[in-house]
Amino acid sequence: MPSTITPEAVETTVRDTLAQFGPEASDITYDATFEQLDVDSLDLAELSQVIEDEYGVKLKGDDVGKIKTVGDAVDLVVSKA
Amino acid sequence: MTRPENATAIVTGASRGIGAAIAVALAQDGWKVGVNYRADADGAARTVAAIEEAGGQALAVQGDVADANGMADALFERVEAELGPVLALVNNAGVRADGLAISLEDDDWTRVIDTNLTSAFRLTRRALRPMVKARFGRVINVASVVGPRANAGQANYAAAKAGLIGMTKTVATEVARRGVTVNAVAPGFIDTDMTSDVPDAVIEAVPARRAGKPEEVAAAVRFLASDEAGYVTGTTVFVDGGMSA
Repeated sequence: MPSTITPEAVETTVRDTLAQFGPEASDITYDATFEQLDVDSLDLAELSQVIEDEYGVKLKGDDVGKIKTVGDAVDLVVSKA
Repeated sequence: MTRPENATAIVTGASRGIGAAIAVALAQDGWKVGVNYRADADGAARTVAAIEEAGGQALAVQGDVADANGMADALFERVEAELGPVLALVNNAGVRADGLAISLEDDDWTRVIDTNLTSAFRLTRRALRPMVKARFGRVINVASVVGPRANAGQANYAAAKAGLIGMTKTVATEVARRGVTVNAVAPGFIDTDMTSDVPDAVIEAVPARRAGKPEEVAAAVRFLASDEAGYVTGTTVFVDGGMSA
């Protein structure tokens, strides 16, 4: 059963997932850019898969290509709910 | 990066020929092996028996790789459940439907591209996810000397195999930083059922003046799957007695 989508829950999932890719948890703020965090396109592909597993939301490569910040990722997932 | 414990390999088209030899060779290196086959259940059972007799673990799994409808998921889920995490994929299944381009039917074109190229992409896509997560993986595509080289009567086969080599290079660069390598092996004229109708005269075009053995191709795959090959990616190893030289 997918988890319920709330902005808070999604933000937690995004932060926890990104933290596994290397950046310091404290640096992963809502406004932090993926460039600052050294999060690359393959990291975002992995994040998309975690989101799909957790929330049943399928993110397309096109959509993921446009997002630049942690907040963008959260907003994108919430907008697809 | 070393291979995690319990690591399992899937070899498609492993009921006979090169695929069977690859399955056996990987098992000798300690891989558990999912032996995929389409029609030859007896052949797949022989491959499994050979592996088990040598003290290895294997499972025969039927499935036509050209089937787009969830075949990749079904194959992986069964092998993951019964053997372990799939951290090596050998895309070996292949078919031929020869004819000069001037008279090659659409069906023969499509069937060869679907089985030899599209299926390899689908299985690779399915395989990469857990490999990227595990920070270890080996994808090995069995291409051919036909593709890099011309072979009249095999426009479809050459296109598929050249496509495999192109796909190998690009996917390799996408996942290299996760410890996942993607390589191709390009056999030349190998003595199998699939080449039994090839005229002996072809041997004269081989500098080594003999057909290769499936085990000689398998040895290259075994190396590419090993920990020692962790820095080898995006390349094609020709096992062809010098044909492509």
